[in-house]
Amino acid sequence: MQDYIWLIPFFPLLGFLINGLLGKYLSEKVIGILGSAMVFLSFSTAVVLFFQLTQLDPENRLFINTLYTWMATGSFSADVAFRFDALSAVMVLVVTGVGFLIHVYSIGYMHGDRGFARFFSFLNLFTFAMLLLVLGNNFLIMFLGWEGVGLCSYLLIGFWYENPEYAYAGNKAFIVNRIGDFGFLIGIFMIFGYFGSLNFDTVLSAAGMQPEWVITTICLLLFVGATGKSAQIPLYVWLPDAMAGPTPVSALIHAATMVTAGVYMICRTSAMYVLSEVALSVVAIIGLLTALMAATIAITSKDIKKVLAYSTVSQLGYMFLAAGVGAFATAIFHLMTHAFFKALMFLAAGSVMHALSNETNIDKMGGLKNKIGTTYRTFWVGGLAISGILPFAGFFSKDEILWKAFSSPFGSTVFWAVGTLIAGLTAFYMWRMIYTVFYGESRVDKEVALHIHESPKVMTVPLIVLAALSTVGGLVNIPHYFPMFEHFLDPVFMKYINPAAFEASHGSFGLELTFAAISLVVAFTGIWLAKVMYVQRRELPDKIASSVKGLYTLLFNKYYVDELYDKIIVKPFVKVSDAFFYAFFDVKIIDGIVNGSAKIMDSIAGVLRRSHSGVVQFYALSLVVGAIALFGYLIFG
Amino acid sequence: MPIEYYLIVAAILFSIGVLGVLTRRNAIIVFLCIELMLNAVNLTLVAFSNHVQNLDGQVFVFFVMIVAAAEVAVGLALIVAIFRQKETVYVDEINLMKW
Repeated sequence: MQDYIWLIPFFPLLGFLINGLLGKYLSEKVIGILGSAMVFLSFSTAVVLFFQLTQLDPENRLFINTLYTWMATGSFSADVAFRFDALSAVMVLVVTGVGFLIHVYSIGYMHGDRGFARFFSFLNLFTFAMLLLVLGNNFLIMFLGWEGVGLCSYLLIGFWYENPEYAYAGNKAFIVNRIGDFGFLIGIFMIFGYFGSLNFDTVLSAAGMQPEWVITTICLLLFVGATGKSAQIPLYVWLPDAMAGPTPVSALIHAATMVTAGVYMICRTSAMYVLSEVALSVVAIIGLLTALMAATIAITSKDIKKVLAYSTVSQLGYMFLAAGVGAFATAIFHLMTHAFFKALMFLAAGSVMHALSNETNIDKMGGLKNKIGTTYRTFWVGGLAISGILPFAGFFSKDEILWKAFSSPFGSTVFWAVGTLIAGLTAFYMWRMIYTVFYGESRVDKEVALHIHESPKVMTVPLIVLAALSTVGGLVNIPHYFPMFEHFLDPVFMKYINPAAFEASHGSFGLELTFAAISLVVAFTGIWLAKVMYVQRRELPDKIASSVKGLYTLLFNKYYVDELYDKIIVKPFVKVSDAFFYAFFDVKIIDGIVNGSAKIMDSIAGVLRRSHSGVVQFYALSLVVGAIALFGYLIFG
Repeated sequence: MPIEYYLIVAAILFSIGVLGVLTRRNAIIVFLCIELMLNAVNLTLVAFSNHVQNLDGQVFVFFVMIVAAAEVAVGLALIVAIFRQKETVYVDEINLMKW
């Protein structure tokens, strides 16, 4: 059966080709069903493989499917090979499972769009690339998928390219990602330089034999790639703008799957990260800072999708925090639960926009609770899940992260304290949004209010399934009692390292329960505050905002990071391009060389053409001189 | 008579022809000089034919004379045509093949 791993990425590729090439001859129904079915087939294949994987002993849970040698030059060779172990299995199931639901939802959401076929073919292409990324057995296949998802992200953010702002957002995402990819690529070069191979097993098993500075450098370079793809400081700026894409895209690419690629990559190369305390601390600190920064920005944002986008950035920060303290299984666990509830919230937000003729400003919503009941109830579940309320999925994963941030040998009390604060902020901004959108009086435009309607079944059913997953998804890993998920994943992370180094260095079961209780209290406080401010005393937010005007403006303008980047990077870059690269280098050097070679030819020809005098006798003389020279050469030479 | 005599005469004739072609302006004279060169070659052919006791050379001369006769007809016709067009037969004034 392991010879059929290639089928998993193959189905979406097929869907992409059919919908991409023949899309304009097919009806919406056929396109939608085909696109979704291909992802479902991948999902089914993955489920079968998953169950076969669980039949094996935990240490031997690994399928490898080598298709052919992609390239072999000198000492370098790379195979097109897929790897299906516990980590890949979780990723593939999340990508195809959540992806399938989002595909189905898109049938309803994109109904009537001119680019319906284009949308589904891109979505399939994305799924294909993402599956390459998580299934690849070497860094090269992973990088191929990595670039592929970046391309699809660009294509789908700028899906409505008639709008220049959206096209710009696509460009921004692509360019910012390129910066990260540059680091990633150099990291890969270094890996090849020092290890002589790009194969995961070869590299990871040899990691211990390299000097620490090499490992640290490689890890930091790979992390640069991760900050680009997974929207961490300093490269997170593209993700909020990426909301220009259709909402299912935001749910699939910019919440559930692609942006988690960085987390996956760090977990995949965990055997290297654990060798470098510096790299781990950098990952943890960047993750924590990003989580805090994004959570504070989300508090003031007025755009329903931007709040979710910053929330995604913040939750990704959590995952990096977990990875940074060595709790890789926990990072992946949160990745999975986050995929459930964040996809749910994005799709629900899409359903709200669908009801309100694509309104995204939460100030123009309100009172929707009874008008779009299903959307409201699923959104409500998502809100509880992300806030970390027992027994919803987010509780288990987030609490696990906070506990590991404290108890791991790489953790600290500060990590835990800040993490808990962020949990409170998360609960607050999420419920601020829910209360503003669904409660209170309606502030919807009169024209729009006439058309409010619940979304069709094809959209609400995926919402309900995701809501169910967000409710029970956390139960697969209950610490101490039922840690199935961790036990499933740990062999992957512990394969090349000593597990003893990752035993909790301090803390007890009692303390763990206390911490859980504290974070529950914090979460409820956040929700309660949101309720007070946005339902009971609606004048409060404005009062508070004006009393701390400086802070509010700072947050509302997202710490002016975009402006800062524009000033210190974009503008100088444009200036240098204009003054040096264009005016000097392009005009003088490049054009100079091109025009110069033409000029040299011209002057040589200017001399030679004088021999073409048109006087016949001159030609005859040349002939004679030539003949004499030739004879002279033959006779005397 | 030794063959060198014939060859020296032929060489002198050929050189006169070459010089004439290169230096004279009148197309008709140039043309005559070309004939002179042809006949110098003919003389060499006949001389060698006699010297090596082989008739091939003499046969070849007949071919050359026939071709020369045909060439004269075409050449003179061309010169007449050029004269009609440009009212001159001076070759340095007929420099049409210029850049």
